Order: sequence, then C-alpha cells, then structure tokens
Amino acid sequence: MSALTALTIADARAGLAARTFSARELVDAHIAAVEAGRGLNAFVAETFDHARAGADAADARLAAGEGRLLEGIPLAVKDLFCTKGVRSQACSKILEGFAPPYESTVTANLWSAGALMLGKTNMDEFAMGSANVTSADGPVVNPWRRRGEDKPLVPGGSSGGSAAAVAARLCLGATGTDTGGSIRQPAAFCGIVGMKPTYGRCSRWGMIAFASSLDQAGPLTRTVEDAALMLQAMAGHDPRDSTSIDRPVPDYAASLTGSVRDLTIGVPAEYRMEGMPAEIEALWADGVRWFREAGATVVDISLPLTRYALPTYYIVAPAEASSNLARYDGVRYGLRVEGDDPAEMYARTRAAGFGREVRRRILIGTYVLSAGYYDAYYLKAQKVRTLIARDFEAAFESVDAVLTPTAPFAAFAIGEKMDDPIAMYLNDVFTVPASLAGLPAISVPAGLTADGLPLGLHLIARPFDEPTLFRAAGVLESAAAFGHRPPAPGEAEAA
Amino acid sequence: MSIDRDTVLRIARLSRIAMEEDALAPMADELNGILAWVEQLDEVDTEGVEPMTGAIAAALPQREDSAEDGASTDDLLANAPDADDGFFVVPRVVE
Amino acid sequence: MSAPGYRIQGREGEWEIAVGLEVHAQVISEAKLFSSAPTAFGAEPNSQVSLVDAAMPGMLPVINRHCVAQAVRTGLALEAEINLTSVFDRKNYFYPDLPPGYQISQYSRPIVGRGRVVLDLEDGAQRTVGITRLHLEMDAGKSIHDRRADATCVDLNRAGVALMEIVSEPDIRSPEEAGLYLRKLRSILRYIGTCDGNMEQGSLRADVNVSVRRPGGALGTRCEVKNLNSVRFVMKAIEVEAARQVELLEDGGAVELETRLFDPDRGVTRSMRSKEEAHDYRYFPDPDLLPLTLDPAWVDAERARLPELPDVRKARFMADHGLSAYDAGVLVAARGIADLFDEVADERDAKRVANFIMGPLFGALNRAGIDNEDCPVPADALAALIDRMADGTVSNQGASTVIQTVVSTGRDVDAIIEEKGLRQVSDAGAIEALVEQVIADNPDKVADYRDGKTKLAGWFVGQVMKASGGKANPRAVNEALRARLDG
Repeated sequence: MSALTALTIADARAGLAARTFSARELVDAHIAAVEAGRGLNAFVAETFDHARAGADAADARLAAGEGRLLEGIPLAVKDLFCTKGVRSQACSKILEGFAPPYESTVTANLWSAGALMLGKTNMDEFAMGSANVTSADGPVVNPWRRRGEDKPLVPGGSSGGSAAAVAARLCLGATGTDTGGSIRQPAAFCGIVGMKPTYGRCSRWGMIAFASSLDQAGPLTRTVEDAALMLQAMAGHDPRDSTSIDRPVPDYAASLTGSVRDLTIGVPAEYRMEGMPAEIEALWADGVRWFREAGATVVDISLPLTRYALPTYYIVAPAEASSNLARYDGVRYGLRVEGDDPAEMYARTRAAGFGREVRRRILIGTYVLSAGYYDAYYLKAQKVRTLIARDFEAAFESVDAVLTPTAPFAAFAIGEKMDDPIAMYLNDVFTVPASLAGLPAISVPAGLTADGLPLGLHLIARPFDEPTLFRAAGVLESAAAFGHRPPAPGEAEAA
Repeated sequence: MSIDRDTVLRIARLSRIAMEEDALAPMADELNGILAWVEQLDEVDTEGVEPMTGAIAAALPQREDSAEDGASTDDLLANAPDADDGFFVVPRVVE
Repeated sequence: MSAPGYRIQGREGEWEIAVGLEVHAQVISEAKLFSSAPTAFGAEPNSQVSLVDAAMPGMLPVINRHCVAQAVRTGLALEAEINLTSVFDRKNYFYPDLPPGYQISQYSRPIVGRGRVVLDLEDGAQRTVGITRLHLEMDAGKSIHDRRADATCVDLNRAGVALMEIVSEPDIRSPEEAGLYLRKLRSILRYIGTCDGNMEQGSLRADVNVSVRRPGGALGTRCEVKNLNSVRFVMKAIEVEAARQVELLEDGGAVELETRLFDPDRGVTRSMRSKEEAHDYRYFPDPDLLPLTLDPAWVDAERARLPELPDVRKARFMADHGLSAYDAGVLVAARGIADLFDEVADERDAKRVANFIMGPLFGALNRAGIDNEDCPVPADALAALIDRMADGTVSNQGASTVIQTVVSTGRDVDAIIEEKGLRQVSDAGAIEALVEQVIADNPDKVADYRDGKTKLAGWFVGQVMKASGGKANPRAVNEALRARLDG
C-alpha cells in the first residue's frame, strides 16, 4: 500500500502544494486502495473516471499556483447525498436506479473547493440504523478486528461505509450525515474523527431526508484538523434551505491553537449509564485527566433529562421520517411494483422497496402522529425536547464544552443486536441529546478496549461554537495520542 | 396504549405499506415494545412547556417572487418508472 | 339586521339553513409558494415544475415573500386579525398528483384569524358573515383520467401554486346570501389584486358546508359539498343539499357528516364513494420550515397601502354623489368600473354618469362578452361621450351606439360620432326651417292642434326628426315647434 493513502488531508495538501506528488498520483493510490478494499463493502458506487479527470484538472490548477482549499483531495460521499448523474439511493431498494439531475449543496461546495469524489459509500437504509446492517447494499465490514479474532464487526452507522473507508485508508475523508449519532458513533467504532456541526451550519439541500429537524451533514476524517478543513468547505449559508443559517464560516483550522487553559469542560453525571463497560468509564476518566493536565477547568454538571433523550428521539425522528418518506411512491422515480390502482401500487412498491427497519420506523412514526395519539407522543416528545435543549443552555452558562463517551460499547459483530430494536437504538444514547438540541459535537478516537477495538470520546459545544469544539477536540486528540490503525485491506491480505 | 393487529393494519394502510396477514401480530409486538419504552416520557413534567418547532431559533427566510424556469420536462421524467408524452403515468384512479 | 326570509317548507313545518363556505383562492404571484417555478395557466404538461414541486429526494421548500404579503393584504381587507406568528404544517395523504405525499398547509396557527365580510342584501339591508380564518397552502397537481383508458396521467404544473383558503363562519342563511358572499369576496380579492377570481380557470373554488335546523334551533349536522366552480353551482348545490337534508330528517333519518359532490347535470349532490378508511391527515409542523414571523410595522405599512375597499367606496359614492345604496353597490362591485366612475363623475352629473355606466356601458360589455372587471373603456373616452351628451352633440340613443363601438374597437368617441353621422343638429336656423316645412306641409294637423288636440305635439316632433334624418336635437325641435305652434 502506498504511503499516499496514509496521509492526512493536511499533509496531502502540503505535499500537493509542494508538488511532492501529483493529485493524479494521490487519486490513483486511493483508487487502488478502494479496489483492494472492496471486501469491506464500504463503497456502493465507484466514480474513478470522475476522480481521475478531476485530478488532472487539479494538477493544472496546482501547477498554476491556484490550488483551492481541498484541491486534489480524494473523498468519499455517503449515498444519502444527491450527486448529479451518479446513483443516489440512500442504500434503499426503493430508490433503485435513481441518478439525480442535481448536486447537493454540501458536495457541490466540496467540489468547488477542489475535492474529488472516489465514489458513494454504503450506509444504513435512509440512515436508519447504527450498524450499517439495514443497507439494501449489504452490511459494511469494520476494518478493525477483535484481537485474535477474525469475526467481522460492524462499522457502526448509519455512515458506516464512510467510517470504514476512512479508517481503512481508502480515502482521505468522507462526508457523513448525523441524525442521532450517525457520524459520531461509526467514527468511534472505526477509530476515526467524526464531527456533526450545529444544525443549520451545513445545507440540507440535496441530502435525502430522514428526519429534517435533526439531519446534519458532517465530515469523517482521521484527524481533528482534517475535520476542520473539510467542514470549512462543506459549511455555509444556502438560500435553498430554510433552516440554513446565514452567518459567516470561521476559519476552523485556525481555531486549533492547542490551548484549552481558558476553557471549562463539563462532565455530566447522567451519562454514567448502568451496565456501561468499565473500560469506557476509565477512558472517560482519562479524558477528564487529559483536559486537567492541559490546563482546562473540569467541572461536574447535570443534564437531568439525558435519559429521556433516546425515547424522545425515537418519537420525533420516525414521525418526521414517516412523512419525509411518503414521496417514495413509485410515481416519479425509483422502484415501482404495479397494482390495479394507485393505492395498491403504492402499498406494493413501498412494501417491496423499504427494508424492515425503515418500515418499522414509518409505522411507528405514522402511529405517533395519528389522530388521538399526536398529543400523547409527538407533542409530548417535542416538549421534552425543549427541556433537553434548556438543560444544555443552562449547562453552557458555566461550561464551554461537555465531555462524554461517544457510545456505550465498542463495535460488535455483524448479526448481533439484530433481534431487539431497542438494544440497537442504545448505540446512540450519548449522541442523541446533542442532536435533539441541534448542538455541534465531535467524536475523537481516544483508546482501545482490552480486545483491541477503538473507543471514542465525545465533545459537545454551544450552537455555532465549532471553533471551541475543534480546539478542545484537538487537545483531546493530542493527549490521547491514539495512533492505532487497523490494517489496510491490502496489508491484511499480505500479513 | 397498546397496538393490536387491527391497529397495525390501519397504520400500514395509512402508510401505504402492504403487509402480509401473518406479519401483523409480530409487528404489533415490536411496536408495542418500542411504545412501552418511549412511554417513560410520561414521567417528565411538561406542563406549560412549548414544543420545539425547530432546532434553531431563527426567522423563516423568504424568497423573492421571481419565476425561473422549472426543471426541464426531460430531467423531471428521466427517472420516472412510467411516463407518456410529458405526463407521469399511474394506474387508473378509480373515483 | 332583519331575520332573512329563506325557509324550506317541509311537510312538518319550516326549516332554515346554515351555510359556511371554504373558498380556495389562487394567489396572484409570479412563482409558486415554495419554489421558483412559474405559475402561468395553460402551459405544456410538466413544463412549469421545479425539482421541489416534483418532490425529488432532498429538495426543500423556501417560502415566497410575495405570497405571504398577498395573504396578509387579503386578511387586512377582510378586517381580520393578522397573526404575527404562524406555522406551516404538513397534511399527510397519498395521491398521485401530490408528489411529497403531504400538502404544506397551515392547521393550528394560520396567518390570518377572525375577520368579516359585509353583504348588501337586495332590500338595502346588510348582513355580516364572519371569517373564521385564512391560511396559505400549496395546490396539488392535476390528475387526468380521460386521456388514457387504462391509466391516469399526472401533470404537476399546478403543484405548489399558492392558495389562500378562506373559511367563513356558518353565518349564511340562503343560497342568495352565499352568492352575494362569494361575489363580494371575489370583488375584494380583485380590488387588492391578490386573486384574479377566475372561477372557470379554477382560480377560485368553493366548498360549502350545509346544515339545516328548525328556525332558531341548534345547528344541525353538516355535509360538505366540494369543489364548486361557479356562483350558480354554489347556490344550486346549497338549495338541493338543504332540500335533501330536510327530506331525510322528516323521513326520520339522520344527516351524516360527509363529503358530497354536486352533479350539475342532474341537479343533485351525491356522496363521494366512501373511502376504505377515514382520513387521518397526521398534521404536524413542517420541520423543513420555521415559524413564519411578521414585523408589526410591516403589517401596518401593508394596511396603509391597501386601496379604498368596496364598502368604503360605496359609502363615499352615496355621500359625495347622492347615489342610491343600490346604484353605489353596483358601481363599486368591479374595481375597474368604480375607478372609471370616480374619474368621470367628478365635475360632471354623477347620476347621468352612473346611469350611463349601468345602462348602455354594461349592455355593451355584456354584448361583447367582456367581464365588467375587464372594461376596456378609458376614462377620457367615457368623459368625452358624457360631455357630448350633455352639450347635445349626441342623443342618448346615439351615445349607446357610440359606446358599443368604443368597447369593440377602442376608437375615438368624436371620430365614431362623425363617422356614424350621429351628430345632432342643434342649429336654430336649420331646425326652424324644418319646422316651417312640416307646418307648411300639414295645415290640417296644425288646425287640429290649435283647436285643442295638443297631443299632436309629439306627432310634429316626430315629423321634424324624420325630416332631419334623426339628427335633430329633440329638445331644440320641441322648443322651436312650441314657439311656432303656440305663438
């Protein structure tokens, strides 16, 4: 495997700018890696010709000294983003064959910053899942293994293909989307950085909707600095998205000063969950220690409604999804199963096109919005959501960031936790509260379990305070000095 | 509140998702499991609390009233499972 | 306010009706409510559809500022409360011409609250119909069932066009009042330019809620008759639906809350085929949109910008020009006509102007098949014609001919008068010569007249007019004859 695939985005930028290697060489190395890594099932579409053509154009720009922020950087794109002329199916059978005549704002922003698309990555169907096992394109294999075992593990989800691809060095970075933890939890499972910005920071235009009030795009990368660079290109106001916020995008990489002496980090007691593995508790304590050693003030805080976040999420998100997914009816695009009248055609199409978890969530969402139940479920959940957001507001009066574990356990084997939806939902117990409150959050790889699997620590910051989030995450990253890498697919075979 | 077989049938119809007869009862069990779990929200006092209507506090942006060309009819119909002479085609609606 | 007299005579006494209307008015705008696709009527199928209207994956709505302003203006014109915060909800249902599987509408928090419309009854009395609410929503596309025998074709050109749903209280007590209400509402919408009111093209459609009760009793169960596209159908549908309910009740039956369709050919309403299951629209706030907030200063500015509305104008026409309530009401109904009257009546004989507009002008428009609203006659042309009548240049009859030509050709009034030879002869010498000639030719009649058969005066006028080829000014002829015969 080429050393080019082991670079960070920051290093690759420097190398490209110095003409140490060309964008074409960088892209070719990654194409080889993607080909070697097909066994992970991380990619559902490969766009190598696009990437190569773009690389040549990037080299011309770089030669002319006109390289842009991500000039020549090969990335992967979650299949939830609409990419013009390229399959965009949310890994659902119901969008079979769908190639949109438009490009999502986030990916368009990346391309106009010079980035190149290697392909589309696998994901849980419509981003509904936490293990990448609900994909119509089959499960993704985590490049990590338990020490001494060869049992394939899940990469987390829903951005499992993106996380696996970045961890296995098939691309320098990837886009993900996070509704309740779909960037951060797979990042933790795969030992990489996953960042969800403030709701409204990245445009949702052209991103296939799961739950509109929660969905946010974000980067998956191998370093905090890379996440800052990618977000820099992805973020920005978009007048085509009514929930996109019109405020300037700060220089995120510049916020990585390495100092947290002026910061107060809050540790919420309520995240100490019953039955959480001791090694996660221990890692969390390490995180506290690292921040103290770096000069930050660490205080205990209370977020009393934390335990209600997950049930709130599992009312709000399915409710929105049940409506967002009504457009998949076999009329204008995607799968159609014929019927004698439209109602029958719809019912057959949607039964055949949606997988089990998606159908389950549509049914739950339909139920909680239906006459007689709306107040008891949906309205109640949106009120609790207000209280959860208030919890954070109160906490942020005295702290600058909140430190928690990213997930209550490490990656598990494909096939586990499949029988009990609630057990699967618990994956997101620590990531969902920030989603409900619309707050920026990041998972940083911080340690390994006893059997050698990565664990992440999770930071949450105030709305639009991504600079503080990146700054704290950078310090955490340095202190944790994670440094572990799974074998790249080629290496594994060679070994 | 508990979901029975008929309720599953009703919401499946509302959702336009065909379900086999023998799938109704197991789905009712699954949904009841989830509902029993989310009903812990009843413990939270939400008296006088406004429901959240958006994850961000901002004013609704408004667009100017200028018409641009719509998508080209070809683009619009390019992905359609059935189209005829500029129209989307669906099975006959029985009124 | 007198109790209106509409009663249905049942076998067992009288019934009265209570009717409320839900009017869907298409907002006049260039672009759609949540997309930038154009709104023009009658384009090629699926040629005015944005990716948003087609609900392509990942597409998002952004509201049209002008449509918001149009709804607020309409609310202000209905003297209604403007809600400074309103919310857009999704109304979820599946239909092939509803691409997202939901309609973006306003459910619990509409942009406009309670208002009113004042009706002018034929006897000069007034009745107030309460407005419950007005909200903004998007239209669906069109399903075409008669194009293919085996399938339904879907055209999304209308999908996403902005509609205002204007809901009245059940204050309407007769089919006639429903007609007056709809006409008055349409007049107001046209005055302020928020809806063209064109019922044939579907810019204005009404659903009527009809119930019957014993006079003074509690409201009965209502039925909704949907999608009526003319004033006449609204009135007829109410009449037949109310009669159906009375018959049903007197036969010991009960009215069921349901949606019905009006069949204009057979003059009956019929139940819509009962759906597999009751609708459950699962309204919830659209998470793609935030609450719509309005600046009170902006609302005040919109209020100040409103044109003079029909009721105020009517009162002014009565006060300033001494018109009857009826005449003033007729003149203000169409804004174009009221504007015409305003310009021409000033410094002229207002009653003459009013009579000419309501008589010959309306007749000419009617003959030409032109809606009063679209009257093409410019104010200076009407003013010139009124002046030619006043100074005797043309007769009333001649002026009627002239206005027809103005309506159909738009040509200059004086040119028409000359070309058609409608100029009256008022020259005293010429008329006296004609009078002399007639007297000389009819010595017997002159003798009879002078013997007391003064009724012959009319006959003499007729002879002189005839001799003049109809061009003599009748008043001048009359005066000259009397001077000669009586003198």
